Amino acid sequence: MIVAEQKPLAEIKAMLAGYQKVLVVGCGTCVTVCFAGGEKEVGILASALRMATRLDGNGIDLDETTVQRQCEWEYIDPLADRLEDYDALLSLGCGVGVQTLAERFPSKRVLPGLNTSFMGLPTEQGVWEERCQACGNCILDMTGGICPIARCSKQLLNGPCGGSQNGECEINPEIPCAWQLIWERMSALGLLEQLMEVQPPKDWSTSRDGGPRRIIRDDLRLPEDYRDT
Amino acid sequence: MTDVSTNGYKSGSNLERVLAAGHFAVTGELGPPKSHDADVIRRKTQMLKGYVDAANITDNQTAIVRMSSIAAGAILVQEGLEPVIQMTCRDRNRLAMQSDLLGAAALGIKNVLCLTGDHQSFGNHPTAKNVHDLDSLQLVRMVKDLRDESKFQCGEEIKGGGPGFFIGAAANPFGDPFEWRPYRLAKKVAAGADFIQTQLIYDIPRFKEFMKRVVDMGLHEKVAILAGVGPLKSSGMARYMRDKVPGMIVADEYVDRMVAAVAGIPKEDKAARRDAWRAEGIKICIEQIQQLMEIEGVAGVHIMAIEWEAAIQPIVEGAGLLPRPEVNGR
Ligand code: SF4
Ligand code: SF4
Repeated sequence: MIVAEQKPLAEIKAMLAGYQKVLVVGCGTCVTVCFAGGEKEVGILASALRMATRLDGNGIDLDETTVQRQCEWEYIDPLADRLEDYDALLSLGCGVGVQTLAERFPSKRVLPGLNTSFMGLPTEQGVWEERCQACGNCILDMTGGICPIARCSKQLLNGPCGGSQNGECEINPEIPCAWQLIWERMSALGLLEQLMEVQPPKDWSTSRDGGPRRIIRDDLRLPEDYRDT
Repeated sequence: MTDVSTNGYKSGSNLERVLAAGHFAVTGELGPPKSHDADVIRRKTQMLKGYVDAANITDNQTAIVRMSSIAAGAILVQEGLEPVIQMTCRDRNRLAMQSDLLGAAALGIKNVLCLTGDHQSFGNHPTAKNVHDLDSLQLVRMVKDLRDESKFQCGEEIKGGGPGFFIGAAANPFGDPFEWRPYRLAKKVAAGADFIQTQLIYDIPRFKEFMKRVVDMGLHEKVAILAGVGPLKSSGMARYMRDKVPGMIVADEYVDRMVAAVAGIPKEDKAARRDAWRAEGIKICIEQIQQLMEIEGVAGVHIMAIEWEAAIQPIVEGAGLLPRPEVNGR
């Protein structure tokens, strides 16, 4: 899932300065699961902002709503009818959700309430870890299901580097060395031999380096005359 | 093209010739300044010239901005000391690396050491974006292909032939997973490394264990392994390296010796303590070199006296490695 964190209240407050009526829009998918932008967090943030702005003497009128998925037109389209009253939308969706709102409602100011952090999973209650960088050409088959692009601090394909010690990455003892994990997994699977091959330079063109990415599936696309967008 | 007449050598560098002739090689390290002061390089060059077969020039070591290793290397060439330019994968992508390699060759540089690079979070620009387009192994392979195949990484031919570098890589015998380290070295050899310089060694028994595996795998016959050493400067430094530096093991014996070196010298007498520490650091380093020379598969030493280049001469001299051999082309 996409993992995000709420921005500091002071930053959000500064962003909202000058707006009178704001709709806080949560999202019911990833950011709900990571406790950053679901219905509950929308409620808490809106109350905190009401209180804080009132104390400052310029109380903002905030309404709350949470859509099931902020990153798809069909879930946000029903908001269209109620937007007229608002000066701004404060999105508690991930960066995709914010942009989906901004793209659909171009006349509205849409502001981000979260910092979108990474694609990952909760490894224990209250802890989330990055797992994938969407490089566009998955190599998990070669690395025992552990991603060195997302989890090695230097994205090594022929690791480990010289700084790996006691299973920890050189940059932070809290971060497990991805190559230690890969080595252990491949060793347990009896596949160490595969790590002996020199992996050639990666083709990063499928990654963000190739420019913004787009997938077109002709088998799914509507014929040209029938497309809405 | 500057040269094609390498007389059967890969690069014709002094380091390559010394190793090919079977001499025990000595390389040192020269850290460029955090400024554009060329005189610093010239001064340090004088401290190393005649005592080492080639001098490594670090590349933004520990992710701190310093004068470019290639620019400093060009000054060494002018001054008559052979450089080994270090190149990390942290700061440049494959385009910048190849263009810099062409430039380095044009400036008369013949040795390159291919490194991953310390993470930028350790340095003075922790908010920088890192590159890691290639890893150090892929860099080794790229430099080899430039040389042996006259091909850029993309496969395009280099008109008139590629630059002939003597290709180095690093090895850390003390990193984890320990069992994997000899294999990682084997991969570097397979990628095309001609010589290896190891991480600083302060645990000789463990290094011996590593070298035994390396020799069993026959790697020492395919690559020249230069054991990394460096004089300790103080007991504090020894403890810091033992406790804090990732991927480093320092035997307690050395820490204890550095502590004992200043026993009886009052704390206030800073100069006397400094001298006592430095004398002991050099002494330990010389002993280590003598022990390393006995280990099968060790083809030379790489002396890293960081910001203490003046230590190189007494160390090389003390280890009985002077005069440095002069090997002419075949
Ligand atoms: S290899 Fe690429 S696609 Fe696969 S997990 Fe890693 S970043 Fe994601
Ligand atoms: S310590 Fe491990 S995870 Fe960290 S950069 Fe080195 S190889 Fe990658």
